[in-house]
Amino acid sequence: MGRKIAGARSLRAAIIAATAMTASVTGATAQEENTLRFAFQGTLNALDPYSLNETFTLGMLGNVYEGLTKRDEDLEIIPGLAESWEMLEPLHWRFHLREDVTFANGNPFTADDVIFSAERVRAENSDMKTRIPADSEWVKVDDHTVDVKLQTPNPILIAEWDTWYIMDKEWSEENGLTNPISARDTNPGEAAYMANGTGPFQIDSHEPGVKTIYTVNEDWWGEVEHNLDQVVFTPIASDATRVAALLSGDVDLIEPVPVQDISRVDSNPDTDVLTGPELRVIHLGFNQIRDELPTSDVEGENPFRDARVRKAFYQAINIDAIKTRVMRDLATPVPLLIANELFADSGEFERWPYDPDAAKELLAEAGYPDGFTVGMDCPNDRYVNDEAICQAVVSMLAGIGVNIDLNAQPKAQYFAKVLAPGGYDTDFFLLGWTPSSFDSWNVLTNLATCRDESGAGGPFNLGGYCNEEVDALAKDIVVETDIEKRDAMIKQAYEILTSETSHIPLHQQSLAWGKRSNVDIVQRSDNQVLFYWAQVH
Amino acid sequence: MSEQTLTQVPARRSSRLKNALDSDLIYSLRKSPLTMVAAVVTLVLVLSAVFAPWIAPQNPYDPSSLSIMDSFYPPAWEADGDPRFLLGTDDQGRGLLSTILYGMRTSLAVGFASVIFAMVLGVTLGLVAGYFGGKTDSIIMRIADVQLTFPAILIALLIDGVARGLAGSHAYDEIVFGVLILSIGLSFWVQYARTVRGSVIVEANKEYVLAARLIGLGPITIMFRHVLPNVLGPVLVIATINLALAIITEATLSFLGVGAPLTQPSLGTLIRVGNDFLFSGEWWITIFPGVTLAVLALAVNLLGDWLRDALNPKLR
Amino acid sequence: MLAFTIRRLFQAAGVLLVVALFSFVMFRFVGDPINQMVGVDTSPAERAQLRQDLGLNDQIIVQFARFVGNAVQFNFGISYQMKQPVAQLIASRFPATAELSLVSALFALLIGVPMGVYTGLYRDTLLSRLFMAISLAGISLPTFLIGILLIFVFSVHLGWLPSFGRGDTVQIGGFWTTGFLTKSGLLSLILPSITLGLFQMTLIMRLVRGEMLEVLRTDFIKFARARGLSRRAINFGHALKNTLIPVITITGLQLGSIIAFAIITETVFQWPGMGLLFLQAVQNVDIPIMAAYLLLIAFLFTVINFIVDLLYVAVDPRIRLGGSPA
Repeated sequence: MGRKIAGARSLRAAIIAATAMTASVTGATAQEENTLRFAFQGTLNALDPYSLNETFTLGMLGNVYEGLTKRDEDLEIIPGLAESWEMLEPLHWRFHLREDVTFANGNPFTADDVIFSAERVRAENSDMKTRIPADSEWVKVDDHTVDVKLQTPNPILIAEWDTWYIMDKEWSEENGLTNPISARDTNPGEAAYMANGTGPFQIDSHEPGVKTIYTVNEDWWGEVEHNLDQVVFTPIASDATRVAALLSGDVDLIEPVPVQDISRVDSNPDTDVLTGPELRVIHLGFNQIRDELPTSDVEGENPFRDARVRKAFYQAINIDAIKTRVMRDLATPVPLLIANELFADSGEFERWPYDPDAAKELLAEAGYPDGFTVGMDCPNDRYVNDEAICQAVVSMLAGIGVNIDLNAQPKAQYFAKVLAPGGYDTDFFLLGWTPSSFDSWNVLTNLATCRDESGAGGPFNLGGYCNEEVDALAKDIVVETDIEKRDAMIKQAYEILTSETSHIPLHQQSLAWGKRSNVDIVQRSDNQVLFYWAQVH
Repeated sequence: MSEQTLTQVPARRSSRLKNALDSDLIYSLRKSPLTMVAAVVTLVLVLSAVFAPWIAPQNPYDPSSLSIMDSFYPPAWEADGDPRFLLGTDDQGRGLLSTILYGMRTSLAVGFASVIFAMVLGVTLGLVAGYFGGKTDSIIMRIADVQLTFPAILIALLIDGVARGLAGSHAYDEIVFGVLILSIGLSFWVQYARTVRGSVIVEANKEYVLAARLIGLGPITIMFRHVLPNVLGPVLVIATINLALAIITEATLSFLGVGAPLTQPSLGTLIRVGNDFLFSGEWWITIFPGVTLAVLALAVNLLGDWLRDALNPKLR
Repeated sequence: MLAFTIRRLFQAAGVLLVVALFSFVMFRFVGDPINQMVGVDTSPAERAQLRQDLGLNDQIIVQFARFVGNAVQFNFGISYQMKQPVAQLIASRFPATAELSLVSALFALLIGVPMGVYTGLYRDTLLSRLFMAISLAGISLPTFLIGILLIFVFSVHLGWLPSFGRGDTVQIGGFWTTGFLTKSGLLSLILPSITLGLFQMTLIMRLVRGEMLEVLRTDFIKFARARGLSRRAINFGHALKNTLIPVITITGLQLGSIIAFAIITETVFQWPGMGLLFLQAVQNVDIPIMAAYLLLIAFLFTVINFIVDLLYVAVDPRIRLGGSPA
């Protein structure tokens, strides 16, 4: 709250004022001020909405900026800055923009801003290029109507537009923000720390890694559902400190609560935990592209190319033990690589049962009656209890004679090794995936379509699983506009993946937010923290 | 500790020390009951660490013997305890008693090795720098300055990063303990070197050294026979503190993510893991390793204090 | 004296250059900065382009030369993660670390030296034994555990002190923020500085005690006693003065390590200082911040060393400036 004051005397005055303010909150006078103090494990860095495609940053900016569409509490797409839209032809969409909307600096919101944002989000340094097709053409019809012309049909065109935030053309140009901030700019200046959106809040001050203060945008066009005057965000990386800060009343809302601390936070009379399934699915993957596994004692062949070995691994894993012991019931085991909520027919799939005896038999059939040794890569600071899950998997696989060398690393080193820049250097790994479009095509194309050594193809198919049928289905799914046909094809693809045990889906991890009892907030399963649904009593 | 001291003293001096061990040292040990207790505790802990594979009820490093369903048992005397696990189990179903025994083995090995490494390096360089002075001194002390700029944790991050880069992360698991010893040892040697050098500069101007030089004794003889014994006091204090400190630094490194791996935990790794369960009521996961570490450090420090007084001829 | 000072200054510059080389080379091995700068959806081709644009494909020596050239002009580039000039980031985080380290060092000295003198003079009293026990506890537990236990007791359980952060700060001049002038700022300092200073306090106390014990038995103290000097004069005028050399050395060295060890304390208490910045940078492979931080620490240490050397000369004139007895 960096108060600038001149000397000790005014300091005392300031302290008295501060004390008086706290007193007035309890005294419920007319000057009552509602502050929400929020702590998250990571930091909020640059405020350029196209610089980083990451859930938390997009969520925090979503309090300030808005897209043409928004998503409601149940993640259903609702009108945002576009009041309505229609598909005139499969390749021609029209968007009717909301009138009487202004940016925080007072500039009116018009079609020019949309066209500008569409150019900017596809510009060189943008990290959000996938939000709109690169070859789409954007045309201003009038001040509040925009046409989009596509080269190929796209039924999920607007699926990710809730996080494609519209920026003010005039303001961006004035502040040298015509292009997204890039890491190679020698001095982006203050611009990277300014925000000017149409949303319900605005950013009052921002010190990356220290503190960010939000205030209310009094001129917001929508109906106000919160009762806040101010939000103070602080990153607190250490789990124990974050929980302590909530328990001691130094903050009102924390995210996440470590699973083992949930009962403690819940049993405290002044604090509660909000939990719900997250859309991220944690899975294990096998390297099937290499001819020989460098971390394995099996020479001359790759055991993971044999579907029986993959299924043996699958059936050796006691998912209920992971759920109850490691995750303390805050996980939902899933049969597919996508969250249950995101695919209508997911209920028709079942996991392969946990059966160590069957697993041993499968291994023997595949020619490894005594098991073998292989290395496993695992992050230790990315997903909920990731390292503990891997350790549990190691001891479960030891039960069928497979000896795992576990290599658990911080996410920076882990991703550098297992992703494309590291040459997909992994034989057996744990990874989590959330489809940013909330759609199966994203899962199939990223995780399960064939790739070559350089990553062309399925870029996050680390193990290089490859089945041409799945590839063909994925290509058809992306352009199919008939929902039923599309779902049938998706189902067919998942059936192939399941029967071949392409991966081992584990579970959807759960969200766990801790809050003071006097705070109400909506927890959306995409894990964005949106203050405009918060109430402080 | 006493073997360690012996290794620091050249052959000719050992007869004197042997006499001391025979008489004075043992006498002064008998005189102090607290030191006796510390000695016994240290001995018991060290022996149980060395013989952990034979006395531990479980082998916590063997994943096939673990079951996740055994996780979070409280100590055996609590209501939900399991008699198989006297001190309870951790989040992976490892019995804490076994894990502590194995962990102490790891911690002590890393601690001893890095202290000895730092002491040999530091004392030698300190003696050389202080005695010869001039360019030698400048070079050694400038290296020390560079070294000092990187405190233990930074050095560890540095060596860790380079080792990972060179060895690849799977091979890295096999050399991780070498990396720990090297990084902790490297971060400690400067303390010895600077302290020894400071004392040597003072000592080297004293009459007895001048006299020794006048009668034609060589620099090596003078250094080890006349100068070294007079600077051993501070060196022993540092070594004592360093042994406990090395164990704790290793714990801190694991807090920062570059310590002993979870599959082969040290005491520090155990405390760090248990840390996560402090608020949730599973206190035994962190308290038992924590108490073990504290008792070990305490006993070693007490022994060191006593040794310092006993070995210092001026204090007799 | 002037020649000595100038020579040391040149040496210091050499030290800094070597440190720059080390820190720079090392961080080319830790993780991949590109992964931290872009989201997961970014294609390999774009990643390769970014790598090229950042100069990460140039020869190491070229990258290093560029780095040193910029560093001399206080240009450490821009943080990959925070997209802000590193010099500015570090400047904004420096006051937090400086205040924490200062308070911790004062705490360590003001408590450690008297405790050391007392336990040295009266080594067998009950209070001495108590002090020794406390001091042993201080070095027998890892810092991070002490910090968490303090938070657990004083913030969560008793609710007396803040659990994290600096509290309210006041801006002084253009760049310095201080927590000394507000109540919440002062309260916030207590737990972190105890956590950070405890170890140094223990070390100083043990050192002073050890030196006192030794000096009190030397001949010149015996002579002083024989001359009939008062106990007070002997203890403080002669004995304490002679324990100062190692105390100065170690305290000086410890001051540097306080700043470095602040990394852990700052992490536990979410103290918004340089250490926290550095650790976040390590986790995110933010090379410009890491390199600048190491250089800054090297610079501070070099300065401290320099001062320690000068004090050495001042306290003990027997040390010749050349350092050579021959």
